[in-house]
Amino acid sequence: MPEALPVNPWVSLAYLVAGVCFILALRGLSSPATSRRGNRLGMIGMGIAVVTTLITHDIASPIELAAAIAIGGAIGFVTARRIAMTAMPQLVAAFHSLVGLAAVLVAAAAFLNPVAFGIAQVIRPIFGPDVVTILPVSRIEMSLGVAIGAITFSGSVIAFLKLNGNMGGKPILLPGRHVINLALLAAILGLVVLFVEDQSPWIFWTITVLSFAIGFLLIVPIGGADMPVVVSMLNSYSGWAAAAMGFTLHNSAMIITGALVGSSGAILSYIMCKAMNRSFVSVIAGGFGGDAGGGASGAAAIDRPWKRGSADDAAFLMSQAEQVIIVPGYGMAVAQAQHALREMGDKLKAHGVRVKYAIHPVAGRMPGHMNVLLAEANVPYDEVFELEDINSEFAQTDVAFVIGANDVTNPAAKTDKSSPIFGMPVLDVEKAKTVLFIKRSMGGVGYAGVDNELFYRDNTMMLLADAKKMVEEIVKAIE
Amino acid sequence: MDFISILSVFVLACFVGYYVVWSVTPALHTPLMAVTNAISSVIIVGALVASMAAGAEIAKWLGLVAVALASVNIFGGFAVTERMLAMYKKKER
Repeated sequence: MPEALPVNPWVSLAYLVAGVCFILALRGLSSPATSRRGNRLGMIGMGIAVVTTLITHDIASPIELAAAIAIGGAIGFVTARRIAMTAMPQLVAAFHSLVGLAAVLVAAAAFLNPVAFGIAQVIRPIFGPDVVTILPVSRIEMSLGVAIGAITFSGSVIAFLKLNGNMGGKPILLPGRHVINLALLAAILGLVVLFVEDQSPWIFWTITVLSFAIGFLLIVPIGGADMPVVVSMLNSYSGWAAAAMGFTLHNSAMIITGALVGSSGAILSYIMCKAMNRSFVSVIAGGFGGDAGGGASGAAAIDRPWKRGSADDAAFLMSQAEQVIIVPGYGMAVAQAQHALREMGDKLKAHGVRVKYAIHPVAGRMPGHMNVLLAEANVPYDEVFELEDINSEFAQTDVAFVIGANDVTNPAAKTDKSSPIFGMPVLDVEKAKTVLFIKRSMGGVGYAGVDNELFYRDNTMMLLADAKKMVEEIVKAIE
Repeated sequence: MDFISILSVFVLACFVGYYVVWSVTPALHTPLMAVTNAISSVIIVGALVASMAAGAEIAKWLGLVAVALASVNIFGGFAVTERMLAMYKKKER
């Protein structure tokens, strides 16, 4: 018989309570008003889980343990307080990598010391050493846990490097990468099956190494604009890794959390894919957002007539307007223009202009990226609207002010069947009386590598400058 | 707990997760990622078990490193979520 964990109903109950706290933490996020209470419940849940584990085990080395928590906690806390809001996508990617690595280490520890985890069958022969056999179910759980954890780790490291700018955002395409990835995946699954039969260390470690490799290979070919999907997907993986370890430990708090986080990441990936009208498989296959066609359409841009405006023109148009809708994108984050933008909004409001913000789901580098930046700049959240809630309003709007967004405003997505972004839901900015479009120069194209129809419309005025500088000049120009 | 009861908890939790996450407002998707990050560090429970167990020295140290990594995430994840959520304000009237 396996050596069972000490079964104390109060312990199981405590872990269940922790799990419920985590559910309520996510539930709180249904509205900004209840969100902070939710976050506190999450902290309480974590406290319950940790304290329960500590008091139900004999602590062999309390000093080392306290040191590990103190060092890790201090690093995490200081980073969280200091990090700039524009760096949030890379911070989240970095945190994901830590969860992945922790899962790998826990799985490795469980493999090396299965008795401590209560997942081993120990036979004590009269002669010779004890024979320790890991339960077959646990072998599946721990090998899946180590594999998902390793993929999460190496994938998140690559995502971090791309988001942080240490690595180019352009996809890096290896020849035959699909064949390599599928072969690796098949090898990992084959080894997991073999591991159930044979608990040799080489199988476990080979699974680990191959999983690190596949995580790396999966993310390297994915371009910068697809990062919202990648970050969400890695979020999901970190959850499944936690769930797999929860199965190993028979711990309901870990299983509930893993399932919550896993579904959360999966749903976010789904929302992001839908907002780009792309299938999940095509995002993961990678290669989107390269320079294909970029040069050609860039050249075409010069030939077509377009109108250029100045900060004074923009200030005049907007201060005369009844309603202005601001459409921010990744360029706003890069230029750190959110504070200047809010100042502009305040000045316009003082002139009796109604100011609203329209957010496309994939604007920025992670889900909700724009909302956080606007919140940081003290834009009230009830002035910020999602695509489907505001899209019908453009037709009754005097000025649409596009700052740092491009593909998500391209009307070609609705009309041009040959466009790579055809079918993607876009903001109907061209329906506004005037479109003001801030862009650094006319040469560049969006991430999708397509020219934007919007630039050449009669009602579009291009404001060519750095986003932050342009907004600051407009603020000055508004009387 | 036997395997089937654990599996039941897992499957039901997946459904709970599905409905709860769909009810999250899109404006809070970044805090959602940060807080899910923090709570997935409940894997610290496994790390604690490994680090506290007597017997295997390597497993203990792996566990301790995992405890440190998960602590970064727990403190960092909750703190950064708190910081973000504090910024979401309603219009002053």
